[in-house]
Amino acid sequence: MDKFTTHTGVAVPLPRSNVDTDQIIPAVYLKRVTRTGFEDALFAAWRSDPDFVLNKDQYRNGSILVAGPDFGTGSSREHAVWALKDYGFKVVIASRFADIFRGNSGKQGLLTAEVAQGDVELLWKVLEEEPGRTLTVSLEDRTVSCGDVTVPFEIDDYTRWRLMEGLDDIGLTLKDEAAITAFESTREAWRPTTLPAKHLPPVEIESARPSR
Amino acid sequence: MGTTLAEKLWQNHVVKKGEDGAPDLLYIDLHMIHEVTSPQAFEGLRLASRTVRRPDLTIATEDHNTPTLDIDKPIADLTSRTQIDTLRANAQEFGIRLHSLGDADQGVVHVVGPQLGLTQPGMTVVCGDSHTSTHGAFGALAFGIGTSEVEHVLATQTLPLKPFKTMAVTVNGTLPEGTTAKDIILAVIAKIGTGGGQGYVLEYRGEAITTLSMEARMTVCNMSIEAGARAGLIAPDETTFAYVEGRPHAPSGKDWDEALAYWRTLVTDDDAVFDAEVVLEASDLEPFATWGTNPGQGLPLSASVPDPAGMVDENERLAAEKALAYMGLTPGTRLKDISVDTVFLGSCTNGRIEDLRAAAAVLKGRTKAEGVRMLVVPGSARVRLQAEAEGLDKVFTEFGAEWRNAGCSMCLGMNPDQLAPEERSASTSNRNFEGRQGKGGRTHLVSPLVAAATAVRGTLSSPADLDKD
Repeated sequence: MDKFTTHTGVAVPLPRSNVDTDQIIPAVYLKRVTRTGFEDALFAAWRSDPDFVLNKDQYRNGSILVAGPDFGTGSSREHAVWALKDYGFKVVIASRFADIFRGNSGKQGLLTAEVAQGDVELLWKVLEEEPGRTLTVSLEDRTVSCGDVTVPFEIDDYTRWRLMEGLDDIGLTLKDEAAITAFESTREAWRPTTLPAKHLPPVEIESARPSR
Repeated sequence: MGTTLAEKLWQNHVVKKGEDGAPDLLYIDLHMIHEVTSPQAFEGLRLASRTVRRPDLTIATEDHNTPTLDIDKPIADLTSRTQIDTLRANAQEFGIRLHSLGDADQGVVHVVGPQLGLTQPGMTVVCGDSHTSTHGAFGALAFGIGTSEVEHVLATQTLPLKPFKTMAVTVNGTLPEGTTAKDIILAVIAKIGTGGGQGYVLEYRGEAITTLSMEARMTVCNMSIEAGARAGLIAPDETTFAYVEGRPHAPSGKDWDEALAYWRTLVTDDDAVFDAEVVLEASDLEPFATWGTNPGQGLPLSASVPDPAGMVDENERLAAEKALAYMGLTPGTRLKDISVDTVFLGSCTNGRIEDLRAAAAVLKGRTKAEGVRMLVVPGSARVRLQAEAEGLDKVFTEFGAEWRNAGCSMCLGMNPDQLAPEERSASTSNRNFEGRQGKGGRTHLVSPLVAAATAVRGTLSSPADLDKD
């Protein structure tokens, strides 16, 4: 994962609340088995509308999304983060994020900057006055700046540290492998295991057929 | 001060306590996998030359992509087929148990786990699927994760996590006739909002919860994520133990006694304090339906489509305006005057045998409304077999519904079962997001009873409306 300290880029206003992950990437695009190449799928349904913000010239190279509250609700699909990243987004700003989306973003180096709703509206106003303006997001200072306007954002210390260091979570956990093994030795013997597999008797499943 | 159930479950699984703001490392007892959110995780393992630490705590099913017709033929959609083939190859390579399409234990992952007895009280359960909260119905800490976390669990059987906050959701009293677990959870979401549960584990309590069957409890916990919650749970009791006992992977003999003794400790202490509390009176509840494009936009069926102009909160008003435009609805229209094209009965929310029984009891001896199509999709192959043993399939087909094979089906637009643009459904699934059931499709979330009555009348209806006809 690349280290993240500051980022300056074109900010894209998306003043809607409850942008769920089905909107960020519709399910039909989840059939791919790769981790990259999802840029065409980002906001796919909304992008068919020529007036959608990403279809406007000033925003095509956007890398900071300034969204309404409760961004990333719904499905746990990490494809939503991959699609945002593949399109070129480095930062999403909102007053509230869904937990799973926020967690997925942290693992993938996409910064979720939690900015108070009043400040989000201030940023929208600035962007409305001058579409295509760039913002600077400093993870070091936990601030978003645009000309004279600087607003703070919140992010938990641990995620901030990991993003700034570009650390891989699995690598970090495997340093504690001895603790995992020790924990496993204390687990009760009756805890279920999936193997060896136990079943009810096997039965032939009949295939349903189209009714017409 | 005592501790809540969620805190007990957490403490019992801490491998290493986080220091200086670092997360705790939490042990995972059961990891369930499906074809959509796992391929990139396995690829990550291969790239890093890592293995699956505990294949014996891992189980996979095929559900999201799978067709519900002609399952003995090759999957027509090539990208879906590739994804299924990838899961099969990964399961083979890493030694993971897989229930494939056509297998008697195949089905929606959240129906299969409990049915096999793999979901038990006191566990931590994860899956790359947000509806993993379903398993909380057993008094387990169960939550959805992303693909990076799937890879993390495969490699380490743990997850680094910050403790969740706790919220008590108490539903007092007795549910009125015709009102179900689905109506409880839709009412909870409408009350606290789609973001109201963010960061929290919801513990459902109160008489209206403890009198629910296990399957109904799963319906409630399933949609905790729709309130933004990390997880939902219900303290295990005699209902839970009776459900688990005798299932293929349930403990037996001396193990059963030991497990039971532990499970009986899994309650929130009387003097424990929750971070937040919400109270609902069951007697106030009615059959519910959503009118908008998020699960919080719901109302009792007797209400009318709300007028955004009357909404004080700017964001709420804008969201309602967009939702009504998408849904093709006018403020003031009675919900019961909304006609639907399709009725979908199924999903991890309402695809269990009790759901099918409840709907069949409404449909029996009645005829389907002209022009309405109804899909009945059991949550698992075993549920389908059980329904057939009880003759429910005949009730559905005689009514004019389509009786399908198990899978996620029309809950999400990723397999052949989809709505056409502007087609309207009454659906027992969990999400009414734009395009969720197919691009341009319009979804009203309802209970199985409302779905069935709607299929009879063609407009959003409850069984009580049928008696008046």
